[in-house]
Amino acid sequence: MREISVREAIRDAMAEEMRRDESVFLMGEEVAEYEGAYKVSQGLLQEFGPERVVDTPITEAGFAGVGVGAAMMGLRPIVEFMTWNFAMQAVDQIVNSAAKTRYMSGGRVSLPVVFRGPNGAASQVAAQHSQDYGAWYAHVPGLKVVAPFDAADAKGLLTAAIRDPDPVVFLEHELLYGDTGQVPDGEHVAELGRARIVRPGRDVTLVSWSRGVSAILAAAETLADQDIEAEVIDLRTLRPLDRVTVLGSVQRTHRIVCVEEGWPSCGIGAEVIATVSAEAFDALDAPPRRVSGAEVPMPYAAHLEALALPDVETVVRVAREACYVDV
Amino acid sequence: MAASKRLEEGARELSPLASLAARSAAAYEPMPNGHEQVDLGLPPGELLDIHRRMLLLRRLEERIGQLYAMGEIGGFCHLYIGQEAVAVGMERATRSDDPVITAYRCHAHMVVRGVAPELVIGELLGKADGVSGGKGGSMHMFDPARNFYGGHGIVGAQVPLGTGIAFALKYRKTDRVCVTYFGDGAISQGQVAEAFNMAALWKLPIVYVVENNQYGMGTAVDRASAVSDLHKRGESFGIPGQEVDGMDPVVVERAGLTALEHARSGRGPMLLEMKTYRYRGHSMSDPALYRTREEVQKVREERDPISRVADLLVNAGVVDADQLKAVDREIRAMVMEAVTAAQAMPDADPAELMTDIYSAGS
Repeated sequence: MREISVREAIRDAMAEEMRRDESVFLMGEEVAEYEGAYKVSQGLLQEFGPERVVDTPITEAGFAGVGVGAAMMGLRPIVEFMTWNFAMQAVDQIVNSAAKTRYMSGGRVSLPVVFRGPNGAASQVAAQHSQDYGAWYAHVPGLKVVAPFDAADAKGLLTAAIRDPDPVVFLEHELLYGDTGQVPDGEHVAELGRARIVRPGRDVTLVSWSRGVSAILAAAETLADQDIEAEVIDLRTLRPLDRVTVLGSVQRTHRIVCVEEGWPSCGIGAEVIATVSAEAFDALDAPPRRVSGAEVPMPYAAHLEALALPDVETVVRVAREACYVDV
Repeated sequence: MAASKRLEEGARELSPLASLAARSAAAYEPMPNGHEQVDLGLPPGELLDIHRRMLLLRRLEERIGQLYAMGEIGGFCHLYIGQEAVAVGMERATRSDDPVITAYRCHAHMVVRGVAPELVIGELLGKADGVSGGKGGSMHMFDPARNFYGGHGIVGAQVPLGTGIAFALKYRKTDRVCVTYFGDGAISQGQVAEAFNMAALWKLPIVYVVENNQYGMGTAVDRASAVSDLHKRGESFGIPGQEVDGMDPVVVERAGLTALEHARSGRGPMLLEMKTYRYRGHSMSDPALYRTREEVQKVREERDPISRVADLLVNAGVVDADQLKAVDREIRAMVMEAVTAAQAMPDADPAELMTDIYSAGS
């Protein structure tokens, strides 16, 4: 094991897969000479050259389509969006081309492409640069959607995504890039579609993914001081959703709180709670709860932005309510 | 998945077009005395081959139109009638290992690639052995084994995809070229300009073919494009463009050969504007009230690609009218056989509803 940042973990996953498989290449805005707008692709141009680390013009729809077309021919493109906000320009290629072509072709065309970049709220960059797209892409059959929290998962899940034969939407988080964690030495491949119980507990299940996991881990610490043992689940993959792990946890704790940065309407939390309500209704001792981003375009001012995002205090309060401690 | 097995079996036989071509060559006999010397532009056997291929597309699409009218085909269905010279001429210029991609008016492009007509009809009928197993329909058909990459339903979206295919061809250091078709309507999509820019910037091996059939659905070109010479739409990216008589398959083939050679030699993309015309509406539901019957009739009489080649063959004494009628009867019979075979295919299995969303085992 060694301690590296999420940023380095993502870079290492790409570099190792590019060494292993000639058909893997990286394309996107500023990925080569600038080494990534968030310095994620440091050193890749130097090692692999401009044919495999390709700077694109600012043309998201176009280069997303180029990536999908290259995948049709059996290459394994990693298409970087500088942020997922800009991928709105390319959503047609991600949904209509990448996600649907295997089905439309009766299984004749494979599209092993990874779309990746930072997703969710950064720091005071306001509405057009702060949005969580997890629910948008998790809605689409044909896509797999991955959102890692720590460095080990960033490496293991990205490696799995690059090797996967289907299109994968890989949602990183700018505010996690600098976080460090222990990553296994050598090849490290995690399994897509598996959630992870980060902290076991018996009283209430807390579910989140990506940066939300730091909030529920902190909430679990606070709750432990108050004699409430929360079970913390990192979903890791939003599609396919690991319903088995979530339902199993609720069977033990009988209570669930789902925490997401994004808007609640038709969100991942809504899907998790619908699943629990339908399939573990009899196990529930309290209504399932959500803590989410506020339903507003993200404001700029720091104090307003903080109000629009889920915080640890709210998670603690809602978890206590779910446990009927404060009622 | 049943369809792929069927396709592989089909691949071992000669495609119907290849066997047609063989028969065309055999049918050629020396020009009888007494006929004027006509410059055919090609050896007579090749011209006969072109004629047969175009006629097959015409009769196939006519029959598909009838099946649609009878309610056997659902959804959107865009026929290629009138544009046959483009698909046939370009296919003759294209190597079989050159990938081809187009939009939703795709039946003809599939068949010239060598996909059996019955597999196309089977798809339209929603059959298990249709080329996409009944999951794609008229607008979404693919056969990578024959280097055909769709069949795409979103106007213009296939242009970045084709550009990505060309990217892969260059990445793999091959000498193959991607031929990417789109319509006059698509050329104004932002994605198309984005793709042009990257293809020129990276000198990708691609030939863009805009099939200018004069109307983007119901909107005439000069009402949709500030510059109606569409071959000039690549100029700002340094992409050479050429206007081509898209109703003459020999001219199309020559232009195609030049453009493919340009792209194959590493000089980057070319844009061919095929001036063509569709006789039917945009889709089966379009009565085409935006143009006059006389306009359509005039094109049919003066520029029809099949009549043009037929007249040439007769005037040169290569064949007589009776022989052409026999060819037509043969092709009609072949289309009927394909329809019968497609109708006999099993319906798409409900058990296949939830397959092919992800790769097997993932």
